Amino acid sequence: MNRIFNKSQLSPNVFKFEVEAERIAQVRKPGQFVIVRARQGAERIPLTIADANISKGTITLVVQAVGKSTRDLASLQKGDFINDIAGPLGKPTDLIDHGTALCIGGGVGTAVVYPIIKGLSNNNVKIISVIGGRSKEWVIFEKELKEFGEVFVCTDDGSYGTKGFVTNLAEEILKRSRVDIVYAVGPVPMMRAVANLTRPLQVKTIVSLNPIMVDGTGMCGGCRVVVNGVTKFACVDGPEFDGHQVDFDLLMDRLSTYKAQERIAVTLHSEPCKLSEVKV
Amino acid sequence: MKNCVQCSSVHSSQQKLSVRERLLIPRQKMPEQPPEVRTHNFDEVNLGFSEQLAILEARRCLLCKNPKCVEGCPVMVNVPRFISYIAEGNFEAAAESLFADNALPAITGRVCPQETQCEKTCVRANKGEPVAIGHLERFVADWVLQKRTRGLNISAEKSGKKVAVVGSGPAGLTAAGELLRLGHSVTVFEALHEPGGVLVYGIPEFRLPKSIVRAEVERLKQAGVKIECNVVIGRTYTLDELRNSFDAVFIGNGAGLPVFLDIPGENLKGVYSANEYLTRVNLMGAYAFPKFDTPVLTGKSVAVIGGGNVAMDAARTAKRLGAESSTIVYRRTKKEMPARLEEIHHAEEEGIKFEFLAAPIEIIGNNEKWVKALKCQKMKLGEPDASGRCRPIPIEGSEYELPCEIVIVAVGTKANPLLTSTCPGLKLDKRGNIIVDQNGMTSIPGVFAGGDIVRGAATVILAMGDGKRAAMAIDQYLRD
Repeated sequence: MNRIFNKSQLSPNVFKFEVEAERIAQVRKPGQFVIVRARQGAERIPLTIADANISKGTITLVVQAVGKSTRDLASLQKGDFINDIAGPLGKPTDLIDHGTALCIGGGVGTAVVYPIIKGLSNNNVKIISVIGGRSKEWVIFEKELKEFGEVFVCTDDGSYGTKGFVTNLAEEILKRSRVDIVYAVGPVPMMRAVANLTRPLQVKTIVSLNPIMVDGTGMCGGCRVVVNGVTKFACVDGPEFDGHQVDFDLLMDRLSTYKAQERIAVTLHSEPCKLSEVKV
Repeated sequence: MKNCVQCSSVHSSQQKLSVRERLLIPRQKMPEQPPEVRTHNFDEVNLGFSEQLAILEARRCLLCKNPKCVEGCPVMVNVPRFISYIAEGNFEAAAESLFADNALPAITGRVCPQETQCEKTCVRANKGEPVAIGHLERFVADWVLQKRTRGLNISAEKSGKKVAVVGSGPAGLTAAGELLRLGHSVTVFEALHEPGGVLVYGIPEFRLPKSIVRAEVERLKQAGVKIECNVVIGRTYTLDELRNSFDAVFIGNGAGLPVFLDIPGENLKGVYSANEYLTRVNLMGAYAFPKFDTPVLTGKSVAVIGGGNVAMDAARTAKRLGAESSTIVYRRTKKEMPARLEEIHHAEEEGIKFEFLAAPIEIIGNNEKWVKALKCQKMKLGEPDASGRCRPIPIEGSEYELPCEIVIVAVGTKANPLLTSTCPGLKLDKRGNIIVDQNGMTSIPGVFAGGDIVRGAATVILAMGDGKRAAMAIDQYLRD
């Protein structure tokens, strides 16, 4: 049982939780995730560890409430308990130790980029960040990222920052600055677009994949992804891979596996949506 | 009254039956749910012996002076001794006897391949049917669980030593129970949210109810075994850290890495490893979706690749989830199938189809990338291979398609490198399994291992045998 130490709302359906997990806080590294089971009977879902506070013994998890399970999780309040948290899982980010990194975050993916940026900053890497969202209220972690370097913001509708996609901003930056590596985390189409942008420029690009998982320890193989033509398990071989080699179409397709079941679960979710009651 | 030759105790009523009388009793049939009923539920198929049936079956035992059944048992249960107590109706004494040899009889009584172990070597098997040792073992264990009278016999003398057990499957739980009994303090680390390993994620409810596993785990906990779930050794703690905080370590983390066939189409939607399929249904309760949140795909037609117990479990699970046709696709024949006879028999009764001498060569998808069919090639049997089984040889031009919506790959598992890769000092064989000596000790002093991480995919009882032997060796190691 892991107590929720703090909760805040970052955007209309994105919530930040600070959860007690002393051991995980001590040993986790950027890029790693935990498997969370909110309560008895709940799904096991993977969530990237956005941050950790060793002295408080807490980790930070950012949850986007999209399906039944993430909505359930997002409805938990400060002082509530999360039944199970296992981790840290997955391989840590391969952090460069000098040079310049372009870090790109789309929507809730920005929370996943954040620990990478912190890790790079410890290595004295120069960091340029590009983050984006549908509109102003979907842009998260801007303030946190600004501590570590220049941050460029864009929104699809132009309500904040530059109007357009993160790839537009990234393209300009790649044109004018020397960039040694790109870290990109966000929706699959965004990561694919970034990989397509950097491939001809031959700039190494790391993406973090979010396939459906069950155990998170390599036991079930449900998180199969194809990288450079070879099947990998994202939970133990990743979750971060060379974006130029990832089969994004397959990832997109496999993510849709339980669409029909998800509809049933959401429809049958008879409790009134607690999100509307959430106070920020 | 004479003293029993097996156990030196007196069995009054036992002595009255002659060998001839014992031989005349036919093997008692295990009461079970009828196939047409059980394919619509997940309740246990076997219903268990009544006291009367158990006593009658127990009286079939000839109480051999030199019992071969004991030699056939990987944990050397003194079979005639506990059976003779059942025959007398002294179930408490039967339990005392059985639990002294086997920490988890409610589980082994259900999932052991008795026909290749104790019952194979039973002298009555030479002429007719062996004593139903497994059913009797289960009877005694269930009797205890119902009465809730018994804990573990724990050594009053505490050694003051601490042992870490990695994994709470059959190997880990057995080792934990034995070590506690020997006076050591034991902490078990489990990666998943519930203890039991393959007993809870792999073996279906209809073969081994989760309530049985929970009861056995509870018994160990009440006796003093500490179990920490959600701890992934190799990630949450390293093996070195365990070595620093404990006097000895037993690794029983299983062979949890599914093997795929490396054929085209394996990443289509609708293709599962048996591990994933069974984990979703068993551990996560997907059979009760949407009551439980984890879903599992269902289809009218399901193909399961493989011929072992896991393949049977998957095919029978699919049937219960509503598949009109659930087919086992196996590249050899029924004779070579590694599954237990009882499982094959139950599967046949439940209408599972068998496609023998067929090897999958491709999984075919529709336009939306959902599984549409399994393309197979017909095989014929050739000379025996290294495993002693006839090698299947493809027949050119015999390809055909088996229409199906779900494909479950149940062709085995291999060593999960999660733990071993984080501990370079641990010697592994070519397949990634941990190498141990005759005492179950690894290349690192004080670190022992057993079960599937040593053997590759094997059985529950072999893992338990390893756990038991390693516990004895650990005890010795700690006392030296």
